[in-house]
Amino acid sequence: MKVRVKYFAVCREMFNRDEEEMELPDGAVLMDILKRLEEEWPEIPEYYEVMQMSVNWEYATEMTKLSDGDEVALIPPVTGGNDV
Amino acid sequence: MFKITNEPIAPHEVIHAVKAENAGAIVPFLGIVRDNTGGRKVSYLEYEAYPPMAEKKMAEIAREIYDKWGLDRVAMIHRVGRLKIGEVSVAVAVAAPHRKDGFEACKYAMDRLKQIVPIWKREVWKDGGEEWVKPDPVFFNQSAET
Repeated sequence: MKVRVKYFAVCREMFNRDEEEMELPDGAVLMDILKRLEEEWPEIPEYYEVMQMSVNWEYATEMTKLSDGDEVALIPPVTGGNDV
Repeated sequence: MFKITNEPIAPHEVIHAVKAENAGAIVPFLGIVRDNTGGRKVSYLEYEAYPPMAEKKMAEIAREIYDKWGLDRVAMIHRVGRLKIGEVSVAVAVAAPHRKDGFEACKYAMDRLKQIVPIWKREVWKDGGEEWVKPDPVFFNQSAET
């Protein structure tokens, strides 16, 4: 199956791209994407604690199952609004 | 109204969006680009968002406000792109029959926006440095809540 993976803010700069299509085996979960990214960027596990992920615009966990056509995003800590 | 926009925010838009005949109070909030962060002079800010998810999460915050206060008129607009000092980065308005609930719900809306809405801020300082802003740890510890 194919999923679209989107990268934002500091993640976009880390991976030097804003999105890509990823081919995954049936039954894959979000962790499989992280494992794939770890090959490219071995330090990524250090960021697991502060980074979130989403599937189809909803926060998800590492064990969330993926389906063909899903939109996945790597979400660094959010900082909208302002500081007042 | 839940919106991510590249255009300058007109504050009256959120006020107009929540007006209702039974609402005796409208509480607006504007976030403004400040000229310094902890004393370090800011040159400009850049906001980035994941628009469809951001708008979905804003709508979710409005549902939470309905559950807590029974208020069903909430509007939120957040700007993205490069913003100068003094420009409006975010506008929120909540309408309520009375001001107490309105003030509380408006504060809640902003607190939640900073926790769950996927928007990121990069500060570019006058001394040449720049950085993606890290969240306040208090907010961050709650950020997984939905």
